Amino acid sequence: MNQWKNFTKGFFKDNPVFVMLLGMCPTLGVTSSAVNGLGMGLATTFVLVMSNIVVALVKNFIPEKVRIPSFIVIIASFVTIVEMVMQAYLPALFEALGLFIPLIVVNCLVLGRAEAFASKNTLGSSIVDGLGMGLGFSMALTMLGAVRELLGSGMIFGLTLYPEDYGMLIFVLAPGAFIALGYLTAFINRVRKA
Amino acid sequence: MGKTVSSLSNMALTLIIITLVAGASLGYIYKLTEGPIAVAKEQKQQEAIRLVVPDFDNNPAQEMYKIPGPDGDSLKVFPAKKDGINVGVAIESISHKGFGGDVKIMVGILPDGTIYNYQVLEHKETPGLGTKMATWFKPSGEEDMSKASGNTFFDWLFGIKSEGTGGTTSIVGIDPAETELKVSADGGDIDAITAATISSRAFLDAVQKAWNAYNKNADSYSSATTKNNSSERETKDQ
Repeated sequence: MNQWKNFTKGFFKDNPVFVMLLGMCPTLGVTSSAVNGLGMGLATTFVLVMSNIVVALVKNFIPEKVRIPSFIVIIASFVTIVEMVMQAYLPALFEALGLFIPLIVVNCLVLGRAEAFASKNTLGSSIVDGLGMGLGFSMALTMLGAVRELLGSGMIFGLTLYPEDYGMLIFVLAPGAFIALGYLTAFINRVRKA
Repeated sequence: MGKTVSSLSNMALTLIIITLVAGASLGYIYKLTEGPIAVAKEQKQQEAIRLVVPDFDNNPAQEMYKIPGPDGDSLKVFPAKKDGINVGVAIESISHKGFGGDVKIMVGILPDGTIYNYQVLEHKETPGLGTKMATWFKPSGEEDMSKASGNTFFDWLFGIKSEGTGGTTSIVGIDPAETELKVSADGGDIDAITAATISSRAFLDAVQKAWNAYNKNADSYSSATTKNNSSERETKDQ
């Protein structure tokens, strides 16, 4: 398989958020600012790459009928590692992402890639796939976070562009997440098909 | 190499091995990060103490003691001393009346009973509304963009009229014995955060608790004056 294509498919052609609509829980939950979106995206990327590596390595030893529980245990272990390391060395980011870190476990994107890709492909392809998908996920989350932060609080990456008083508060709250995600998805798909 | 067959013994063995390896590696990482996590938590506490009381040279965390609060909680009190003299206390206080859950704050109280500063430690309030409590109750400074934009063009464009609220939003420098810690909607002197009255109430509740706790122990502070009207004040929260 063409590794470059394998890598870039996560950004545009098969973007996990805008095209496959996977992992909506963290997507809607943490993207109240661009930094949070990026942090969540990168944490998920790490888990995705690591779980893809392990799943690709052990895929032949795992009996067919217990593969899903096995994958979940592998993914959950990496999520817990991320949680502990982040709490120790990046306490500020850990506080901002809070509850959503443990929820990476149930992100269908991670299990989806383990099941649909890593359990059927070679180690190399699986790493590239995890990296591409993870970074595509990060890109989508950062975009959504930037849009919501700009419309909601007048900032991008914490840089004030206009006074917060004139921001549309709804974009910081949950309904704004759905609205922004809907428009962004429509826009990306229009561009993708053009 | 072909796939392992899904026989009972194979499946059980695989799951046991996977969970064993996962458990062992998690235990190892836990041991590795245990120290740094404790350090990070302590640093955060130290920073909060440093922010809410004047310059000190002792270790407040070591001299920490607990005071029972009204709802069965215990408030942590960190005395700050410079050259052996009390310069203030930092009190970790909590309110269960928040909009999204508990609100945990650190309040610094000077020996004369006035509030020196505060720091919000933990809360689950609405982003963009209740979260403003981190700066709202501090004196207006340049960091406080949320209160008044001061931009006449934007005010004109969006038809926003700047209106005087009459009360104060800052709790810094006030003495709760003289100024009532209630939002103006409840007949108090403090202006609530716009559209976040419940969060504001919870915040003031936590400050009041800290102050009450401080006052009950006022005898242990040499320079603290006796202001023991605090107990009757507690009824306002019901």
